[in-house]
Amino acid sequence: MSRASYEAGHLAGRDALGQELLQGTDRPLDPNAPLLEINDLVTDFPLKGFRAKPFRALKGVSLDIRAGECVGLVGESGSGKTTLGRAVLGLAPVTAGSIRLKGQEIGNISAAVRRRVGRDVQVVFQDPYTSLNPAMTIEAILAEPLLTRKVPKAEARERVAHLLEEVRLPADAMHRLPKEFSGGQRQRIAIARALALSPELIICDEPVSALDLSTQARVLDLFKEIQERTGVAYLFITHDLDVVRHVSHRVAVMWKGEIVESGDTAQVTRDPQHPYTQRLWMAAPVADPAKQKIRREERRELLAAQAEAGEATLAFAA
Amino acid sequence: MSKQNNAPPTALKRLLRDPQAIVVISILVILGLAIIIGPLLSQFDPARTDLGSALAPMGENGHILGADSAGRDILTRLLFGGRNSILGALLAVSVAVGIGTTSGLIAGYFGKWFDTLSNNAASLLQAVPGMVILLAARSVIGPSMWWMMAIFGVLLSAGTFRLVRSTVHSVRNELYVDAARVSGLTDWRIIFKHVLRVVRGPVLIQAGFLMMIGLAIQAGIEILGLGDPGMISWGGMLSDAFARILVAPQLMLWPSVMLATFCLCLTLLANSLRDALDGTQRTSPATIRKVNREIRAEMAAEAAFYADNPIMMGEDELLHIEALKVGYAAPDGSITEIIHGIDLQVNRGEVVGLIGESGSGKTQTAFAAMRLLSEGGSILSGRVVWKGRDLSTVSEAEMSTIRGTEIAYIPQEPMSNLDPSFTIGYQLMEPMRHHLRISKKEARARALDLLRRVEITDPERVFKSYPHQVSGGMAQRVLIAASISCEPDLLIADEPTTALDVTVQAEILDLLRKVQAETGVGILMVTHNFGIVADLCDRVAVMQLGEIVERGDTVTMFKTHDHPYTKQLFSAILDPEEIREPYVAPSGAPSPAAASLVDTSLVEEAEGRLETKTVSKGASA
Amino acid sequence: MLTFLARRIVTGAVMVFAISVLTFTLLYSTGGNAARRILGDFASEEAVALRTQELGLDRSLPEQYFDWLTSALTGDLGSSWFRAVQVNEELGRRLTATLSLVAVSLLFSVIIAMFVGVLAAVRRGTWIDRVIQTTSLGAAAIPGFLWAIALVMLFALNLRWFPATGFVRPTDSIGGWIHSITLPVIALVIGGVASSAQQIRGAMINVVNQDYVRTLRSRGLSPRSVIFKHSLRNAAGPGLAVIALQFVGMLGGAVIVENLFNIPGLGSLSANASIQGDVPILMGIVVIIAIIVVVVNLLLDIAQGWLNPKVRVS
Repeated sequence: MSRASYEAGHLAGRDALGQELLQGTDRPLDPNAPLLEINDLVTDFPLKGFRAKPFRALKGVSLDIRAGECVGLVGESGSGKTTLGRAVLGLAPVTAGSIRLKGQEIGNISAAVRRRVGRDVQVVFQDPYTSLNPAMTIEAILAEPLLTRKVPKAEARERVAHLLEEVRLPADAMHRLPKEFSGGQRQRIAIARALALSPELIICDEPVSALDLSTQARVLDLFKEIQERTGVAYLFITHDLDVVRHVSHRVAVMWKGEIVESGDTAQVTRDPQHPYTQRLWMAAPVADPAKQKIRREERRELLAAQAEAGEATLAFAA
Repeated sequence: MSKQNNAPPTALKRLLRDPQAIVVISILVILGLAIIIGPLLSQFDPARTDLGSALAPMGENGHILGADSAGRDILTRLLFGGRNSILGALLAVSVAVGIGTTSGLIAGYFGKWFDTLSNNAASLLQAVPGMVILLAARSVIGPSMWWMMAIFGVLLSAGTFRLVRSTVHSVRNELYVDAARVSGLTDWRIIFKHVLRVVRGPVLIQAGFLMMIGLAIQAGIEILGLGDPGMISWGGMLSDAFARILVAPQLMLWPSVMLATFCLCLTLLANSLRDALDGTQRTSPATIRKVNREIRAEMAAEAAFYADNPIMMGEDELLHIEALKVGYAAPDGSITEIIHGIDLQVNRGEVVGLIGESGSGKTQTAFAAMRLLSEGGSILSGRVVWKGRDLSTVSEAEMSTIRGTEIAYIPQEPMSNLDPSFTIGYQLMEPMRHHLRISKKEARARALDLLRRVEITDPERVFKSYPHQVSGGMAQRVLIAASISCEPDLLIADEPTTALDVTVQAEILDLLRKVQAETGVGILMVTHNFGIVADLCDRVAVMQLGEIVERGDTVTMFKTHDHPYTKQLFSAILDPEEIREPYVAPSGAPSPAAASLVDTSLVEEAEGRLETKTVSKGASA
Repeated sequence: MLTFLARRIVTGAVMVFAISVLTFTLLYSTGGNAARRILGDFASEEAVALRTQELGLDRSLPEQYFDWLTSALTGDLGSSWFRAVQVNEELGRRLTATLSLVAVSLLFSVIIAMFVGVLAAVRRGTWIDRVIQTTSLGAAAIPGFLWAIALVMLFALNLRWFPATGFVRPTDSIGGWIHSITLPVIALVIGGVASSAQQIRGAMINVVNQDYVRTLRSRGLSPRSVIFKHSLRNAAGPGLAVIALQFVGMLGGAVIVENLFNIPGLGSLSANASIQGDVPILMGIVVIIAIIVVVVNLLLDIAQGWLNPKVRVS
């Protein structure tokens, strides 16, 4: 599908929504302004118990994504990377700060407004087994976002066929249930669903982590190909450094609820500045015995150096 | 659109394939029809007394089932009574399901204050036995059966509420519900399209059980003499009969039979329904036992052959797996073979990687070597030779003297592999005390030493902790400590770092290397990660669909590999040097949202043209 | 653990209070007719009005409840409307019969259900398991009073091994007491075992399928230790929840069983009070049973906390 046809789908979904929506997503006049702007985002989760202090998952995060760009968000469990993605999707609370899409605030908006604006931001989740309703056929899954936006049935069906084609699945997949597909195929279905409304941004939350190595490579290529064809932007959340190098234009590294380092992929991955990024980069084993041996040594030296530096600063502080 | 033929059977179809369900449904339908139509055909008035026929035996004076002490026809009364009993129970079930489902959906999906409130209300309703509440209520509202059953329905609704609420809770956090929300579905639409679908099955099953309870309680009230005297019901008949139990015990028979039949049928139906809705075809334990007997017989025949052809094990050879086949019992009693005759050796002090994708059978190979396959799985043929003994045929008792002391296991998921009810210290000491027969004090000292060896900084604290109090990385260290506690010769590690973060993974890999160097233990490392193979393994075997397709020394393997599958795997490794080309702003192409500035009337017009273009593109692609 | 206990005690107290308010509202809302019911259809209007005043039923509901609550807190639950007895004395007399019946039944049914459930889980798929499953399914499906009636017909009326009715206090004669409660206990135990054995089997199988059980086996521990020490300990939590439900169920079952066997307990009292409309008695019974249930649940919570380190250590 070409960029033009992608926009055709975009229009098909859009016209049914009428004037109101068009005004809702007016684009700012500055064409160079980023698509998504996150400023000092704070997210607190209330903890159980009387007067318990809430857990602060995001401690003032700022990030922007330009149209058609892929920004990789790297971090380990508990770093807040998934929460950041969910906050953009409206699935996690925004305690403070702002999230703006094309200049319009989408952080703290009512559910009804969200449903109007939210079509421009879609999602692909990590687990292809629980992200598709097991009781619905593929057609029902893919048509759901369209039908809920009052796209006529016939049109929706046509669009579903296109979507399947776009993610390289056979057209007869429509009438089958998710359980008849492999993990990689299911993830393709999830991608098709994300594309259904022709969004401008897709949050990809560890979309290839649950997949086997060979499937992973193919799905990653599909992501890139779709981006090049349609100009959709990605926030690509992952813990896998090889994956992030492969797909993203820029990388942001998260640690304990903050972005500790960000920049162009080449720069951040080849010459990391923050000690945590350095540790993270060194930790992943290289799939080459000789190189891994060197990497192991380098990591040992880095840890020793960081420990010494840490002790030095501690001694200084004392 | 036409239905696919290969679509899996619906729950209803599965239900109608279950012979038990068919029998039960037939009985219920026949009895139901009799109760609906029967009274219209009956020649007797259920309430008319006829002392001439008092206690008439079966068949006398046209009384097919005899007559009661007042000479009333028992069959007619059974059918009339059935109407009231069943309608009463249905009333209770409708009230319970109506209130319980609605409140459970709202509480489970929206939560907040309504959740707290309704949850407390449910506890309140369940704190006092329903029977006692009914008795209290009856003193105020009088003997109306309908009111009593409606109130009972309210009491029962607490159970339905709990069921629906917990089901909704589990669905609400499913990713597909999140995805629906992101697609713009309203909450109510999500409830109707996604949540209700999951809730209705369990509620239907529970309704069957509630119906049974309703029938029982309704009869119970009658037996206590608290029923409506003007109303015929099975309970009322039982009550009358019980009052004359010394004179005419036979009167107990028919109402009891009717009540028991209905209750039994409802329970069986609910059970069949549960199986049908579940849908997953599980191999029944009985089938597993049958299949296992067959396999044992074949293995015994094979053992004779192997006894005549012993394996000449090399000096350093620890584990020698030969022509190993593993299979699982299928629901129809056949065997699904998942490992198709593999050979694998591990030498003393060597780290052998077993790499493969999901479904390759790598983990099952590891479990088979320790004879720890899940229920239904077994070694079909081949041998697992360990120190001259074939582990595929030794007794379970002998196997447990080898496990832990000679071959030990490190699992994948650290948190779920420690017993949550015992302290870490206890779990470390238990195998040592069992195998090494040492005192508690000595075991404690050794356990603390082990914790130190796996580089835990505060061994005393960890020793006293329960599993939920430590992190995943710490738990994996504990599991490694446990695996080496009885000084085994071989460790079987099943993806020991897959569940961990990258930085923790690096630490655990370092630890495994250190432990291996210190103890000289051999390691069979099951993994899907080539980085780990490169980091730790001396030799590697590549598994695909239950077969080892290629094997060799690690360094050589990374340089040259012949099998197409191995090549495919290696080519799928993302090259760390290959970075995506820099971002170019999409300036030339029209901006994706440019259309949003266009007037809607124009959009409609444009859309027709663009759609046709898309179709042609799609066709040519 | 202490805050956990304190919280449970407060919740329990609030629960009993809420139940008393609701029941009081239900029972006393028809206050005007009460005197008429007591005095019968032939009493004069004046007599009825006088009696209504005597009973304090002419006052507002909150006022009446406040009165009831203040005396209840001092242990006075008022007196019966139909007989010259104090409610608390009458309940006290009857409580022993009900409690001994329920306690003995619960004890037996827990022990048997445990044994049978664990046996079925351990021997899953064998004929023992199938027999246990089928019988418990059937036994649970048939209402408890049918079992009671069958027992009476067989053992009391035909074989004459046990009395069909009546109750001997354990303080009068232990032998007589055992003799008198055997059949009622069996009637309650059948239903109890049938409904909980399945759940205990399920809980046990669930534990045996956990990852850590495989890991325990991988360490070469004896199957006995893996099943009876580790698995049973972990299945005990869900098991306790089953007991809590079982207890409430048995109190309800006791109402019918006491009536069938003519045992002078709370159950038979409540049936009589219900027919007569003896509101103070019913009010007392509901509150007493609510208190007993709350206390038993509290004890089970403590046991739960003792078994589950996640509750205990935090």
